[in-house]
Amino acid sequence: MLRESVTEHGTADLLEDFVQLLKPDGSRVANPTFDTWVADVTDEQLVSLYEDMVVVRRIDAEATALQRQGELGLWAPLLGQEAAQIGSARALRDDDFIFSSYRENAVAYCRGVALTDLLSMWRGHSHGGWDPYTVNMAVPAIIIGAQALHATGYAMGIKAEAADSVAITYFGDGATSQGDVNEALVFAASFDAPVVFFCQNNQWAISEPVGVQAKRHISERAPGFGIPSMRVDGNDVLAVMAATRIALDRARGGGGPTFIEAVTYRMGPHTTSDDPSRYRTKDELEEWKGKDPITRLEALLESTGALSDEVRARVKAKADAVAGELRQGVISMEDPHPLSVFDNVYAEPHSWLERQKSQYAAYLETFEGDER
Amino acid sequence: MTTTTTTQLTLGKALNSGLRRALADDDRVVLIGEDIGALGGVFRVTDGLQAEFGETRVIDSPLAESGIIGTAVGLAMRGFRPVCEIQFDGFIYPGFDQIVAQVAKLHYRTRGHVSMPITIRVPYGGGIGAVEHHSESPESYFAHTAGLRVVTCSTPQDAHTMLRQAIASDDPVLFFEPKRRYWAKGEVDEDIADALPLGKARVVREGTQVTLVTYGPLVATAIDAAAAAEDDGVSIELIDLRSLSPIDFDTVEASVRKTGRLVISHEAQQHGGIGAEIAASITERCFNWLEAAPARVTGFDTPYPPASLEEHFLPDLDRMLDTVDRVLGRPNSLSNWEA
Ligand SMILES: Cc1ncc(C[n+]2csc(CCOP(=O)(O)OP(=O)(O)O)c2C)c(N)n1
Ligand SMILES: [Mg+2]
Repeated sequence: MLRESVTEHGTADLLEDFVQLLKPDGSRVANPTFDTWVADVTDEQLVSLYEDMVVVRRIDAEATALQRQGELGLWAPLLGQEAAQIGSARALRDDDFIFSSYRENAVAYCRGVALTDLLSMWRGHSHGGWDPYTVNMAVPAIIIGAQALHATGYAMGIKAEAADSVAITYFGDGATSQGDVNEALVFAASFDAPVVFFCQNNQWAISEPVGVQAKRHISERAPGFGIPSMRVDGNDVLAVMAATRIALDRARGGGGPTFIEAVTYRMGPHTTSDDPSRYRTKDELEEWKGKDPITRLEALLESTGALSDEVRARVKAKADAVAGELRQGVISMEDPHPLSVFDNVYAEPHSWLERQKSQYAAYLETFEGDER
Repeated sequence: MTTTTTTQLTLGKALNSGLRRALADDDRVVLIGEDIGALGGVFRVTDGLQAEFGETRVIDSPLAESGIIGTAVGLAMRGFRPVCEIQFDGFIYPGFDQIVAQVAKLHYRTRGHVSMPITIRVPYGGGIGAVEHHSESPESYFAHTAGLRVVTCSTPQDAHTMLRQAIASDDPVLFFEPKRRYWAKGEVDEDIADALPLGKARVVREGTQVTLVTYGPLVATAIDAAAAAEDDGVSIELIDLRSLSPIDFDTVEASVRKTGRLVISHEAQQHGGIGAEIAASITERCFNWLEAAPARVTGFDTPYPPASLEEHFLPDLDRMLDTVDRVLGRPNSLSNWEA
């Protein structure tokens, strides 16, 4: 189940050399080891995962639209990565702590991050937007890979307290080239830290294909650090959930870190500023559309009769409601006060910053009555 | 034979043509950075260069800034002239160690046997409504580091010329590109034989009452400020510093001896900044000529704020003129201010 060492095998270049429980056409693949980890998932829970995925895709579309309409400065779509994010986030316990990048909006949604808090960064109102301690999720790291070390340190803290929660860090295929991620793997292994490294290999780091970052499967790197790894179909919500549960279980039981490579695809642009037509083909996108994470779960639910018209309508209504709430929340966000530039730079008073703030307040007063 | 071609280009395209010339003129020049190949860089500064010069000369690097700079050191030791692209200002820090501990010091460490003809291009500064780490002005860290040259351009012509000069330099050069001016247009002459040398400042506009020193993205703002001041009967001499290490103090000194007043402006935070260095050095050099204490108009000593607050953080025309009023002893925002 877990790859413990780097072995020579002939399939390194095969994309679909991974654990899959749910085929793109919605049929189940039997996997004795992984199946046991999702055997308890009921039809009702599957419908709930389906709902999550539909809702976050709707959030994504709404945010993209808001960016196009000038209401957001930027947005990093997760389109195509719903299963990877929902399957893993829904496997977590409330007291597990998440360290993510900027694309884990579905993870944040699962954590109950308020929609306006989630969007405030993209509207240019904050650099993060929420209190990490209320949702047990750090604000997104834009510096690629930095969060992997934070998760490892947090996990070292968990271990020092002999608690049984786990830290999980999300990062991309590109991030695996950064020193920070590699250092995190070393620290996690050395200290048996209860941390899960969750790599969403979405095939691209902006315009660079994953081949620039890795000559072999990314998951093969971890064993060299002494960290067992799994490679799963990241568009298969069940496989992702099973793998995450395995990793969490190992960590809670004192087994230390685990690395998961979720093989998925960024169906949208890198961000709303990006133009993928400059570096990748339409055919590639079309091919991945055939592996859509939502369609296959939909097909499974249809085959079992769990997806009635009524359920479908309910899910759609929920997605519409969330999108409406999101839009309303974004548009009615209050502009921050000019002098808030000076807030929260330090935890304790800072003499010259106070002086600067006071001088800038005096400056602003000279415009009183003007439009500014 | 020199071919003279003068064209209207944006600052970004002028950098592109500078890189193209450098690649064509010297086959030891190689470009390395994230997304600089097929994409042409996120600002398209390297647009078309990989197609023209191939993948061994225009290299899409793995996503690691320490890797980009560290391998450039090795390439330089093998006789290449690497031009590194750092995608945004705020992403230079993973490469900081390689820059300040290796690139800056190898010539010194090897008693001059090894030179580091590395150019590190950095789009910098704010004003584009970006998310965190995309609007910073980290030039002071590098100007503070002995062994590095630090330059920044404000016009398409300087962008083109200075980039080619930087690549030709046997010293490492941090080349800061004012990203919000990438789309500013100007005439560019590719014949740069008689161009101003890399370390020199330029007097952009002559004046008599106040010397206003700035660089990079704020030069355009200062040009507008000087024009507005003139309408108000105030004569500003405007200097575009161009080089931040070394700083062309002779040019600044000559100007301050004439005007007696000095205002320095940059987007970077004030504390320990380029403005502090200029104020101190000019005070040392021209104390007896100064009619007022030098004053600075800079970003605040805060992290770069979220985009909706950046108009406050960034020095603008009004803040520049308010400070000009201050050194002139005219009514200004601090006239009645008490600490
Ligand atoms: C230290 C650093 N360098 C460069 C960047 C610019 N950048 C932002 S996202 C990105 C690609 C990231 O790719 P990947 O890790 O695969 O994550 P994905 O965007 O695909 O989710 C790059 C190069 C950055 N944010 N931080
Ligand atoms: Mg990626």
